Amino acid sequence: MIKTDILIIGAGPTGLFTVFEAGLLKLKCHLIDALPQPGGQCAEIYPKKPIYDIPAFPEILAGDLVDNLMKQIEPFQPGFTLGERAETIEKQEDGSFIVTTNKGTLHQAPVVAIAGGLGSFEPRKPPIASIGKYEDKGVEYIIRDPEIYRDKKVVIAGGGDSALDWSIFLANVASEVTLIHRRNEFRGALDSVEKVQELKDLGKITLITPAEVKDIIGEDKVEGILVKKEDESFTIECDHFVPLFGLAPKLGPIADWGLEIEKNAIKVDNSLDYQTNIPGIYAIGDVNTYPGKLKLILCGFHEATLMCQSAYQRIHPDRRYVMKYTTVGGVEGFDGSKKEAPKAVVKAIE
Amino acid sequence: MQDITLHITDREGVTHEVLAPTDMNMNLMEVVRSYELAPEGTIGICGGMAMCASCQCYVTSDHELPEKSDDEEAMLAEAFYVEDNSRLGCQIHIHPELNGLQVQLAPEE
Repeated sequence: MIKTDILIIGAGPTGLFTVFEAGLLKLKCHLIDALPQPGGQCAEIYPKKPIYDIPAFPEILAGDLVDNLMKQIEPFQPGFTLGERAETIEKQEDGSFIVTTNKGTLHQAPVVAIAGGLGSFEPRKPPIASIGKYEDKGVEYIIRDPEIYRDKKVVIAGGGDSALDWSIFLANVASEVTLIHRRNEFRGALDSVEKVQELKDLGKITLITPAEVKDIIGEDKVEGILVKKEDESFTIECDHFVPLFGLAPKLGPIADWGLEIEKNAIKVDNSLDYQTNIPGIYAIGDVNTYPGKLKLILCGFHEATLMCQSAYQRIHPDRRYVMKYTTVGGVEGFDGSKKEAPKAVVKAIE
Repeated sequence: MQDITLHITDREGVTHEVLAPTDMNMNLMEVVRSYELAPEGTIGICGGMAMCASCQCYVTSDHELPEKSDDEEAMLAEAFYVEDNSRLGCQIHIHPELNGLQVQLAPEE
């Protein structure tokens, strides 16, 4: 069981900055994120895009913002459970919460801060009516173990990096690899595109473009797919169909935690501390809603700061505290480090 | 500054006649959000960077629209329910020549 003071769900900019504000109050944090790396959308969707409305940064790349936040919170030694999705929450008799991930990792904390953005990133599923029936019976949206494709016939659909990269990888594992995309152009790293071209020329990958998978064929597992290429429709025999259309955020299991939801977001008390209808559970950043809400990183930072003050009072109801400026108190890390303003030199002039 | 009229059919099939400002650097996805014609969290998920297809719409009037950028082409090639008249709302900037534009929101993925 992982135990901490504030359990943060979502390791995007708001979740990461929470670690800093909590650290100033000597509260330890642990973060859970469904993605394999911290940074949320900034790292996953637009790391190379410049952001222009972070105060005091006229321009900063989203990826650099994440790197800076990771550096800023380093002294507070946050824990991370990455690549796992927070699935259930249970309130304990002592008022704390136990959050369990989809992989069964248990976390316990007196305060939970949901900083989940628009939700956890889930694979986009193509609109094929029967696709649910074949999930894990030949349809996989994420390749976890490439060995299951050894000597099998595999059809991959998609036009981005993951479709290209997995086609290349599986060309030497599967007995047949077919890559299907709706247009002739692919959006991926140039060397991946060139490699697929080379494997196609060698006959190791069959490329079908511009085409689309319209249906899946098979009694109780995938036996083939129906492809539409321009005006022509035909079937391809295969053992696996792997649609790789990227990820999209979904609120997911959090929606069933008994929290008040409005406009696909969690309602909070913005006049006080961004607490939800369940005391001890806060929601900050893009995941929350209140009158006048703006989904901006800078608003998430503000919300995280106020929330931490409230969390401190909840964890230490009998202790008095007033906010201290970092210019005055410096930053004392849990790792023993201390950053502080240099002391003024007082020396007489002879 | 001049406002223009747009005819937007929502995902339930209801057509709304709305006024959109031409001087606020807005795009069609933002106009849809400003009138709450699709639930928050189901449109403009990437914020308007042509990196998701949640603002896909079908243009049903014959207005001349700017050519699709490579990003928009690539995103539409991976979107679902795509038709010949599909566009990403976030890539359609609101300007006076679009007065009377008719669009229909594509289904939610």
